[in-house]
Amino acid sequence: MSQRLVELEVLRFNPETDAEPTFQRYAVECPEEWVVLDALNHIKETVDPTLSYRWSCHMAVCGSCGMMINGEPKLSCKSFLRDYEGVIRVEPLAHFPIQRDLVTVIDDFVTKLKRVKPYLVAGEARPVEAGEYRQTPAQLKTYKQYTLCINCMLCYAACPEYGLEPKFIGPAAISLAHRYNLDSRDAGREARQQEIAATEGVWECSFVGACSEVCPEHVDPAGALQQVKIKSTLDWFREHLMPWRRT
Amino acid sequence: MAKSDKALVWGLFAAGGTVTAFVTPVLVVLTLLPALGVLPDVLTYDSLRAFADATLGRLAIVAIVVLSLWHAAHRLRITLHDFGVRADYAVAVVVYVAAAVGSLAAGWYALAL
Repeated sequence: MSQRLVELEVLRFNPETDAEPTFQRYAVECPEEWVVLDALNHIKETVDPTLSYRWSCHMAVCGSCGMMINGEPKLSCKSFLRDYEGVIRVEPLAHFPIQRDLVTVIDDFVTKLKRVKPYLVAGEARPVEAGEYRQTPAQLKTYKQYTLCINCMLCYAACPEYGLEPKFIGPAAISLAHRYNLDSRDAGREARQQEIAATEGVWECSFVGACSEVCPEHVDPAGALQQVKIKSTLDWFREHLMPWRRT
Repeated sequence: MAKSDKALVWGLFAAGGTVTAFVTPVLVVLTLLPALGVLPDVLTYDSLRAFADATLGRLAIVAIVVLSLWHAAHRLRITLHDFGVRADYAVAVVVYVAAAVGSLAAGWYALAL
């Protein structure tokens, strides 16, 4: 394993003592094979134990370690040092308030996620004896891609519309609403539409597409939002031009 | 929260986008052909006039013009928003009134000519 002197410029902010965030530079010897998260862990263990950031799985599954790396929203466990030259700038995810160093306050996203009911809403209660809710492979395929979201919020950091309009429900929450709306076992679409077909819902999206570019799980939130727009538009015409077909 | 009526203008925007994506390149080619001296019979004044005189042809022209106008209006509104113009309501009124006036004019021409 070849070693390399890696220079990281990390945003530091302690709300108890600092008025403004500042950048702190660390230089550490790292193997080329490491990811940015490895370098941060190495710094925390050997240089500066006060450095704060979130991480858990180190395998692009938990969605905790999202950061801006050289200005781009990335999972730091999936960003290899060998792909970067010179000083690597590491900042907390854009568009979220900073709690401390690279840790952001994610309450806004969590509240929005709850609002879109990202779980199965059963239509009518069935007795246990009736067995499981069965689904064909084709029915599974319609929504499976949108189940891959790991709530890492990279799409929120990438979305310029969320940056401009913080009330926007945003890419991940709307994609997850879409995931349950498409599920053949679900009956909660009308309740979710009250949130995602509202002005602060899907209509704030101007189809920039940055969410899909940064998504580490290839969920394609931009595609999901376009589908939500089409379905919500059909709803609108049905409700306004064909009131007798109101569902 | 109440559902938004933005679906109406987005529907016209999406329909207009689909139409212009298919029709605009064709119109560019059909406009360039005579400019380059190629004038097939189908592009002569008489045959285009005959196309516009047929009810279906006239409806197609009005539909293309109207949908393109609403597409352009909504596109302009979004673009201005993305460029940082925060007067969304005023922008929306201006662009949609322009599209509505254009649509009425297209309808009037189709009936009058």
